[in-house]
Amino acid sequence: MILQKKDILGIKDLPVEEIAIILDTAESFVEVSSREIKKVPTLRGKTIINLFYEASTRTRTSFEIAGKRLSADTINISASTSSVVKGETLIDTAKNLEAMNPDVIVIRHSASGAPHMLARMVRQSVINAGDGSNEHPTQALLDLMTIRAKKGTITGLKVAIVGDIAHSRVARSNIYGLQKMGAQVTVAGPATMMPRDIEGMGVEVRTSLEEAVSGVDVIMMLRIQLERQQQNFFPSLREYAQHYCLSRRHLDLAGPDVLVMHPGPINRGVEIAPEIADGPSSVILEQVTNGVAVRMALLYLLTGGKQ
Amino acid sequence: MTLLLKNGRLVDPSQDIDGPLDILIRNGKVARIARNIPSPAGKNRKADSGATVLDMKGLVVVPGLIDMHVHLREPGFEYKETIATGCEAAVAGGFTAVACMANTDPVNDNRSVTEFILRKAAACGKARVYPVASITRNLEGKILSEFWDLKEAGAAAFSDDGRPVTNGTVMRRALEYAHSLDMPVLSHSEDPTLSAGGVMNESLVSTELGLRGIPAAAEETMIARDILLAEYTRASVHICHVTTAGSVRLIREAKARGVTVTAETAPHYFTLTDEALKDYDTNLKVNPPLRSTADMEAVREALRDGTIDAVASDHAPHALTDKAVEFDLAAFGMVGLETSLGLTLKLVHKGILSLPELVVRMSVRPAQILRVPGGTLKPGSDADITVLDLNRFWTVDSGSFRSRSRNTPFQDMPMKGRAVMTIVGGQVVYRELENAP
Ligand SMILES: [Zn+2]
Ligand SMILES: [Zn+2]
Repeated sequence: MILQKKDILGIKDLPVEEIAIILDTAESFVEVSSREIKKVPTLRGKTIINLFYEASTRTRTSFEIAGKRLSADTINISASTSSVVKGETLIDTAKNLEAMNPDVIVIRHSASGAPHMLARMVRQSVINAGDGSNEHPTQALLDLMTIRAKKGTITGLKVAIVGDIAHSRVARSNIYGLQKMGAQVTVAGPATMMPRDIEGMGVEVRTSLEEAVSGVDVIMMLRIQLERQQQNFFPSLREYAQHYCLSRRHLDLAGPDVLVMHPGPINRGVEIAPEIADGPSSVILEQVTNGVAVRMALLYLLTGGKQ
Repeated sequence: MTLLLKNGRLVDPSQDIDGPLDILIRNGKVARIARNIPSPAGKNRKADSGATVLDMKGLVVVPGLIDMHVHLREPGFEYKETIATGCEAAVAGGFTAVACMANTDPVNDNRSVTEFILRKAAACGKARVYPVASITRNLEGKILSEFWDLKEAGAAAFSDDGRPVTNGTVMRRALEYAHSLDMPVLSHSEDPTLSAGGVMNESLVSTELGLRGIPAAAEETMIARDILLAEYTRASVHICHVTTAGSVRLIREAKARGVTVTAETAPHYFTLTDEALKDYDTNLKVNPPLRSTADMEAVREALRDGTIDAVASDHAPHALTDKAVEFDLAAFGMVGLETSLGLTLKLVHKGILSLPELVVRMSVRPAQILRVPGGTLKPGSDADITVLDLNRFWTVDSGSFRSRSRNTPFQDMPMKGRAVMTIVGGQVVYRELENAP
């Protein structure tokens, strides 16, 4: 039960068998989080650095809790892009971190490929906690875990991913992950938010939410960055919400027992109607819970731990 | 000094020559081309008269190669390249002349910078340097530089390269005014509102990598404008670094209807595609970006049929500190002077270009487009000569580059054929031959 690579940089280069190992391991860690004393000594003496170049309270906290529940020492470094302006390059930072000899470096960065660069420079395992518009592998793993737990399998499911596909690392990682696990993926959103030649990734493309969700087993809504309106990706929030906000009528078009997912934080009434976000189809809070378990599994597997 | 190159294969498309001919050089000029020219001072090399006889057996002698698009970075960015290191790199790559772009600091928009570049180049005494002055003051795209004064100072052409001239009227006036001075305008054709924020070609690859794309249309719409302006003003325009099938089509159609448009491409555009970016190697970050396979093939075909007139390296040296950063933050550009010939020879080995056609793309046409001497070995012309060993196998080793920068994606690439001697004005300025002076 070990992973082949020293790093988790994306789902793109993660073999199916390893995804399965990670999900199985994560499931075994769910139990730890439900104990009264939520702590096991597995990673005692190990050091994990959370290097966040981009603010993300949710993901950072999830990694921090995951490390602490395994008894690792976790250190958070918020390196705003201002440190780049000050002249400290990622290479400088990497060399400094390496010299402190941690066991795992978790990195979130606004530039696609930054974790890949870091991984080439340091001996330590690197986990990509989201890079630019490229990948967010731990999010995809927790999504896969959530779907598998609810549906029993991923193979053969129909999944719609809706919203700003072009700028979404969650979308990319999930497209890779879902396809590897045997699901069919449809992406939907305004044409301005569809990246070039996305069909080449083997997905169906729709601009109509109604068409996209018809008959699907899972609907994944993405977060809309409100400032995209200024960049003319859509004419107004009102128009966007009228056409792409998930509501009751969409669930009626979907398959029975459809799951509604969202990586958070939600713009209520923009991406998902409030009653749907809080309704019985929503697994949004399970996603958060599973996020901790998936991150525990990765930290455990990458540090070569034995159960 | 008298130099006699004997027993070589002389390839000079300007005279329709391709065969075994000797060439005699006297006082910096080509004195004579003929079979079996006797040594001016008997049979011995370095005889009393000072004549040097060099055996070119197995080698190819061509008009000196001209790289019509390089960045020498001096003044202002000497940590990337200087005129001296750039000229060393040029002659090592087989180039007897280069045209250097104006985006230095200060910008080459006035006589003093042009004169400075020429003075530095003369002091180095290697390749000829043709300064390209900016079209607009400080590359701001607003007010024309003093074309007349710059021409008198020694500028060979005008370009805001690195930046497009976005204002159509400014570009129109530049074409008209330069045309009246018989000076070429070299266009960096890019619509910055379409390319804004992009770091690579917009394609399935950019989608998969999550990198912001630069659409082919950013290049093509501006080339279309430049062609229409050239057609309307009856001036001529030269399009820099053509990369897309659509651009090739526009230029081909324009030439067919008689528009005076010329074009260049760079070796990386007919050697690599955006597929190469999968590991986020910043050495592959160039502007315009590496394109698709279909685009690369269109560029090759355009080189073959002459739609693209010239190969120019767009030599863009950058220090490690400009490249060893996140892909989004890295500078655009790669060095090219020392790999350009080797990469273009690959087209010859593949049968896409004949050797004379390579000489046309890398010497004859650049000289014609820039309206500078060179591109010919006609008796009486300057003795600017490149000697090629087409069978020399070598491997790209950026550590041995003469250029001050090392930003090449071609490290360790095997090559067949290189320049083994470069002669400028009758002086040997670079040599790998053992018996060379
Ligand atoms: Zn340019
Ligand atoms: Zn350039």
